[in-house]
Amino acid sequence: MTPSKVRVKKKILSHKLVPKHELLSVEEAAKVLKEYNVKPYQLPHISVNDPVVRLLNGHPGNIIRITRKSPTAGESVVYRIVVAY
Amino acid sequence: MLRFEDYVIDGIKFGIISPDEARKLSRVALVTDKLYDEELPVRGGPRDPHMGAIEPGERCPVCGNPPSTCPGHFGHIELAAPVIHVGFVSIINDLLKSTCRSCGRILLPQDEIKRDLELYRKLRVKWPRLAKDLVKNVIQKAAKTPKCPHCGEQQYKIILDKPYKFYEERPEGRIFLTPHEVRQRLEMIPDEHAELLGLDPEHARPEWMVLTVLLVPPLPVRTPISLETGIRSEDDLTHILVTIIRANNDLKNIIMSGAPQSIVEERWNVLQYNVSILFDNELPGVPVARHRNLRPLKGIVQRLKGKEGRFRGNLSGKRVNYSARTVISPDPLISINEVGVPEEIAKTLTIAENVTPFNIEKLRKRILNGPNKWPGANYVIRDDGRKIDLRFFKDRKALAESLRPGYIVERHLEDGDIVLFNRQPSLHRMSMMAHIVRVFPGKTFRLNLLVCPPYNADFDGDEMNLHALRLPEAIAEAYELMLVEKHILSPRYGGPIIGGGQDYVSGAYLLTSKTTLLTRDDVEFILSVTGYHGELPEPAIIKPNEYWTGKQIISLFLPKEFNFQGKAKINSGKLECADPDCFYDSYIVIKNGELLEGVFDKKAVGAQQSENIIHHMIKEYGESFAREFFDNVFKMFIRMLELKGFTMTLSDVEIPPEARERVEQVIKETYERVDKLIQQYQEGVLEPIPGRTIEETLELKIIQVLNEGRERAGKEAIEYLDPFNNVFIMARTGARGSDVNITNMAVMLGQQVVRGKRITRGYRGRTLAHFKKGDLSPESRGFVKNNFRTGLDPLETFFHAAAGREGLVDTAVKTSQSGYMQRRLINALMDLRVTYDGTVRDSEGNIVQFSYGEDLVDPMKSMHGKSVDIDRIIEKYREV
Ligand SMILES: [Mg+2]
Ligand SMILES: [Zn+2]
Ligand SMILES: [Zn+2]
Ligand SMILES: [Zn+2]
Repeated sequence: MTPSKVRVKKKILSHKLVPKHELLSVEEAAKVLKEYNVKPYQLPHISVNDPVVRLLNGHPGNIIRITRKSPTAGESVVYRIVVAY
Repeated sequence: MLRFEDYVIDGIKFGIISPDEARKLSRVALVTDKLYDEELPVRGGPRDPHMGAIEPGERCPVCGNPPSTCPGHFGHIELAAPVIHVGFVSIINDLLKSTCRSCGRILLPQDEIKRDLELYRKLRVKWPRLAKDLVKNVIQKAAKTPKCPHCGEQQYKIILDKPYKFYEERPEGRIFLTPHEVRQRLEMIPDEHAELLGLDPEHARPEWMVLTVLLVPPLPVRTPISLETGIRSEDDLTHILVTIIRANNDLKNIIMSGAPQSIVEERWNVLQYNVSILFDNELPGVPVARHRNLRPLKGIVQRLKGKEGRFRGNLSGKRVNYSARTVISPDPLISINEVGVPEEIAKTLTIAENVTPFNIEKLRKRILNGPNKWPGANYVIRDDGRKIDLRFFKDRKALAESLRPGYIVERHLEDGDIVLFNRQPSLHRMSMMAHIVRVFPGKTFRLNLLVCPPYNADFDGDEMNLHALRLPEAIAEAYELMLVEKHILSPRYGGPIIGGGQDYVSGAYLLTSKTTLLTRDDVEFILSVTGYHGELPEPAIIKPNEYWTGKQIISLFLPKEFNFQGKAKINSGKLECADPDCFYDSYIVIKNGELLEGVFDKKAVGAQQSENIIHHMIKEYGESFAREFFDNVFKMFIRMLELKGFTMTLSDVEIPPEARERVEQVIKETYERVDKLIQQYQEGVLEPIPGRTIEETLELKIIQVLNEGRERAGKEAIEYLDPFNNVFIMARTGARGSDVNITNMAVMLGQQVVRGKRITRGYRGRTLAHFKKGDLSPESRGFVKNNFRTGLDPLETFFHAAAGREGLVDTAVKTSQSGYMQRRLINALMDLRVTYDGTVRDSEGNIVQFSYGEDLVDPMKSMHGKSVDIDRIIEKYREV
């Protein structure tokens, strides 16, 4: 990763409006699909071109876990599938 | 032979009808535009009987059926020259742009096409959405290629001149592509390439989008209507077909005569226009085809589109039987679970009741009463399936005798039946609830005033709908899920949506107020309406006479172990107090089912008041307890008003002369301040507010001064009024009106505003002819110094009306806009549901939310947004 890219990454990921994104491993992803009993495409989508996904080096088919603050539950977890568009 | 029932629909395939298929479907080729010859339909014309039997007594020459069973048959027109189907122009445009003008292949290298096609076939099965995007991508890429990678042909830009003309930008200029040329190019596209462009070539070859044969809709979908005068009026589609055939024959003759290309193209265009109009008569860029009386003709698109169209008008929205609609009126004496139904309606709506040994005697009586005497019956269905209409059946006595289990009696609606009751606009769940029938004389539906809030109903002429339930499943569901008492709590915010307004609030306040002392007679008068049968409590005062307080009476109906503490509505402003032993009685204290302190007002008895006494009672004692409370206790509040009398008099808003003097003084001072501001402005010494012009600054300052003046005058003058007169009681308890309303009635209206500003429009440079141009004084710009009691002067009346009109316009605009927003929201959200694993999903199982509301809390079953309200639990068990 180039130094400028590292800077951008720090900037985006540390912004207070960007929630925590994590790229799931294949095993973790399979676990999530099983837990919710869904096909990958039934998860909400997120574009490969999403800046955070690019920084995480996500590819179509990967699953991303997003943990964000919730006004009702304190914290909420959302899984999204990376798609090509 | 396989019967209809032996087939199971596996799927529906949409495609484009090919010319061959059209000819196969067709029973007759239309060659002439003549409809009738001496009253008889012309063979080969748009009314050819081979397209279906429609006249009574007619037999279809194709299938042999009478009009009732003939499904109708298609005809066809052999077009003299191909014509573009307007419904497909955008697809044709994409195809022309992305394929080669000389070899028809996609303008991408062969290996790329091969790769994409493989990907496309895979995606189509699993990720149809992505497949669509791939096609879009291919088209975009191909359209940009200047030279064909297959044959090397130079490509030119394709231009679509809406609605249906294609041109090619060649070096020698813009060349028109005739539909014939367009069709030739589409024909060249190989099947596999068409597939990659999103088509299914087996069912939709590209060239089929340019019509050579026009399929003509059967007669039963375009039946003529004959008026009483005997004049026949043809359907719009038939009219358009006539012009199409005329244009087609014209074109054919012109071509045969060997006329020059320009004339042929002109006639060709006429045919293209008329065929396009058949599909859609609202095409942008071409004139609308009209009837002789200038009414626009309806094309096929117009039949389907919009609110009155086939989908929204006939398929999604259906009219129903077993329903009734009439004006509503109030009845405070029936339960909130009930609805009063006029006898006339009860005799029309029927319930099909199966005869059993248990109800046979009752149903015999119904049959004897017959269709005209309530409670009776309209039909008897015997066990052999024969339906007997009691209106025409003479010997009802014999029929009643012969009644036996297995028969079905369609009896009148009776007391105790359950029905659905609805008021439009049905914006939320509580707009349609189940009620239990009470049949009454009269012509209106009766409902308890406490259910007005969920329906948003009043009695200024509102009408409501009622639906009788017929099947046991429906009846059971209505009882368990839709009954009014199951909807006291709103799922929107968790609080009770049912409750009293206006008189209920005033009555509750008067009953529970500290100063209320009731004699034995009074107590009996009030309690008699509730059906209370217990003992009276010890009177609060024994000597010299027995007196009960209203709080004692209310306490008779509170659960014995109920505890509650909270502020009343009146606990604000001057009566604000945090002391549970409040002197003003504005802090409610209930200990062990005993109302010790505080008054009941809007907070306690009103609708849409969360976390109040009634909310907690529903939570802790259930819906049916709450219903009984609403049914019985609320009647006492009304009874209290009947006992005491409650009205509003002119003197309630009459301020004494010295108060009027004070007001005049304030007005004078205010006007002087405004004059000073205007003077400063004219002298050019007014300091502008940053970011404002001097004029804006002046306006803002004047408005500020005038508002201060009104507020000061209002505050000072209101001091002179009795704070315990009925008008103030209504405002304070939340029954009706506010302090602003009282000021308007007693002191002054103040500045009238239109569009958030003082009134400036009207004549040139002034509001009315009574003022000089450029007059900035309060009275010339809509300041009303009078009040409603003394009355407004003519100019003030005018300004008041101008501001009042703005309010009316605003509400009209707001309702229509929010209505459309609601429709769109519902369309987007209607099939979302919370599944058993707590996720929110759409009808295909796609996840929308991973846990409902992120915290899995149902607002209807929660308190304060939490599933457990610990504060309340502590409160409940606190020692006195
Ligand atoms: Mg109304
Ligand atoms: Zn037929
Ligand atoms: Zn080519
Ligand atoms: Zn107090």
